[in-house]
Amino acid sequence: MRSVNIIFAGVGGQGVLTASSIVGKAALLSDMNVVMSEVHGMAQRGGVVVTEMKIGNAKSPLIGLGEADIIVGFEPVEAYRVLHKAHRDAYVIVNTEPIVPITASLGDSEYPDVGELLKNMQGLKVLPLEATEIARRAGGSIATNIVMLGALSKIPIFPIKRETIEEAIRQTISPRFHDMNLKAFDMGYKAIEI
Amino acid sequence: MKFQHILIDEPGRREFLLGNEAVVRGALEAGLDFASTYPGTPSSEIGNTLFYIAKKAGIYFEFSTNEKVAMEVSAAAAASGLRALVFFKHVGLNVAADAFMSTAYIGTNGGLVILTADDPSMHSSQNEQDNRYYAQIANMPMIEPSSAQEMKDFIKEAFEISESLKLPVLFRTTTRVNHVRGIVEYGEMMEKRGKGYFKKDPNRYVPIPSNSRRMHGELLKKIEKAREMANNSPLNVVEWNDGDIGIITSGVAYNYVYDVVNELGIRVNILKLGFTHPFPDKLVKDFISKHKRIIISEELEPYLEKETRLVAQMHGIDVEIYGKLNGYFPRAYEYNPDVIKDALEKILGIKIERNTYETKDIELPARPPVLCPGCPHRATYYAAMMALKQLKIKDAIITSDIGCYTLGIQKPYEMADYLLCMGSSIGTAVGFSKATEQKVIGFVGDSTFFHASIPGLIDAYHNNANLVYVILDNRTTAMTGHQPHPGLPMDGMGNKAPYVDIEKLVRGIGIDFVKTVDPYDVKETIRVFKEAIQHKGISVIIAKRECALLWDARRRRQGEWWVYEINQDKCTQCGLCSDWLACVAIYKKVDEDGKERVYINDALCDGCGVCATICPFNAIEKKVMK
Repeated sequence: MRSVNIIFAGVGGQGVLTASSIVGKAALLSDMNVVMSEVHGMAQRGGVVVTEMKIGNAKSPLIGLGEADIIVGFEPVEAYRVLHKAHRDAYVIVNTEPIVPITASLGDSEYPDVGELLKNMQGLKVLPLEATEIARRAGGSIATNIVMLGALSKIPIFPIKRETIEEAIRQTISPRFHDMNLKAFDMGYKAIEI
Repeated sequence: MKFQHILIDEPGRREFLLGNEAVVRGALEAGLDFASTYPGTPSSEIGNTLFYIAKKAGIYFEFSTNEKVAMEVSAAAAASGLRALVFFKHVGLNVAADAFMSTAYIGTNGGLVILTADDPSMHSSQNEQDNRYYAQIANMPMIEPSSAQEMKDFIKEAFEISESLKLPVLFRTTTRVNHVRGIVEYGEMMEKRGKGYFKKDPNRYVPIPSNSRRMHGELLKKIEKAREMANNSPLNVVEWNDGDIGIITSGVAYNYVYDVVNELGIRVNILKLGFTHPFPDKLVKDFISKHKRIIISEELEPYLEKETRLVAQMHGIDVEIYGKLNGYFPRAYEYNPDVIKDALEKILGIKIERNTYETKDIELPARPPVLCPGCPHRATYYAAMMALKQLKIKDAIITSDIGCYTLGIQKPYEMADYLLCMGSSIGTAVGFSKATEQKVIGFVGDSTFFHASIPGLIDAYHNNANLVYVILDNRTTAMTGHQPHPGLPMDGMGNKAPYVDIEKLVRGIGIDFVKTVDPYDVKETIRVFKEAIQHKGISVIIAKRECALLWDARRRRQGEWWVYEINQDKCTQCGLCSDWLACVAIYKKVDEDGKERVYINDALCDGCGVCATICPFNAIEKKVMK
């Protein structure tokens, strides 16, 4: 049995690590094996953050080329950057709100058109989502990561039950913010049409 | 309180732990009494975990001033019969190397484990040295775990080995073992010893030449005993699957091998080594004798490979060995499943189908790590840059140091021209000031200043160097995750502690030009920079302002939050904030009318307001969030 391989990609400050830890914890609650790699270090905000996760019978904390089943892209360019790890039938959730990197602001590079990026993902099961905007409506852009988890929970090959993810959210996030985050989760779940 | 789940005494309990958390759990199960470190990624979370639990667990723990001190502190604890763990990143062992080498000669009483966290691919390091060679230089047993569970299990074994041989043990980890999260099953907790007692025995503990000559002979005997242990260790196991191909592997590389051969259904036997120094020669001899082809999969240097080739040569074993030395595996950067697949294709002459989605080549904007929104270093660098511009100095040499602030290398600041290692900003500044006629400005963070810059600063003063030295005091060890340091009123267990006043310390050396500034006060900071640059001799600026992440977290907790936004009616699009302050929260966008305008991203802005203070048109306004 092959593992389900997921890549979470975004920008430091978007809660990528928290979101992937919630999924890992939910896998533990579901009695599934899980292995996940994360990178810590220099500059905590504004840089690229990627975590790779295998749920099921696997030991490698990294995913090979063409091995990713699901890409959870917290930002359009960051979703595109890890696309070479996806296989041809992979699901790609894309938060469509860009975070323009400093290199583009300084004129050293150009931020591509988001519509163009999505068009270039043709063939994959692309699920665009206004996650940051949905999070704002749920109570704050800080809950963008939880909106993404809501969407992830709707993907048919994602092996963890929605209720278990919700339980893992409750176990991870301070009780004061439970209502807002569970609302964000539900809105993310509903925003995806499969 | 964070990390309390690490303390739960419930054998069989399962938790989803980071490798660095699991190793703390393992040390606790081994009855750890004592620990010391200097923070460094990828080892940092070990210290962060201990910071929260040490007091409750009854362990003494300190963030030492540097790795050498950490090594010395733990060596003495272990000499007193306690179980001690000292840990740091790979280059930290360079700093500790002098003490490290002697601990092998002197040996230990209580278990002494030295954990090194190597960083293949240099995710957050200046090099990717393979510290397994340190075990060879020092003659120390070495253990290499490959997963979070093994981080926990093997450290217990390491303490046992150390105590039975009376030798310290090197516990060699790498980024993808430190920063892997996996399910870890707890074991039994051992009793702690609490306080130790040091039994005086100068002949054993003082390596004057007459003693050290004897010690070296004894060490070589111990290491042969250790070799027998390695040959019979449960940490070295063979997974038999039939066939005439054998793979020898250790550490994280084992996981990639495991997943790839499983996925492809290739029948190979795997010798997984966890106790790798002294090299388990008999075990390897038996293993390679049973195969026609041996593949060696290890990250970085060909350590296992050279030792295996030695065994084959010494015993005249006719076997084909495939590794780095004959070009089948790379010697640089971390491994991943594709490295294994590429090598297997070449070695076995097979073609592995990869169902990879072919992306269309689009030029994507780079997103390098950057100084955070609100980072006080940005304001300091902006001020330094403006001071140099106003003084029309174009070729000032900027010596940098190790910390978040090394990111000052980026445009537009370009505030890093030369860097060697922790603390090198000052020694190299002295060198440049003597070797050239150029202006020299050195930048160092507060924690790095305490770590290794003080001897350099004394050197600068004593040798009459002409330079500006800037201490970026953000009141924490920021890059590694906000550990306390000697300049703060808190120790490694969260106790109130006496602190060192940096300004007093610098004045105590004898330096007269010492000015403390708040970098958010940009105008004053520029003025002080100009004065310091024009000063003859040594001048020290202390740019003091708490790390923005700490300030942000406190305001988030208190529910006080505000951001800044640009009043487009007042903004002239001059670009001072976007192009010269270059805060990561400020960006340009082409609007529907076709005009490009500067905006602030409210999800990134932390409300520091530095952009508002430098705006010549008062066009940046505060907006309080509900």
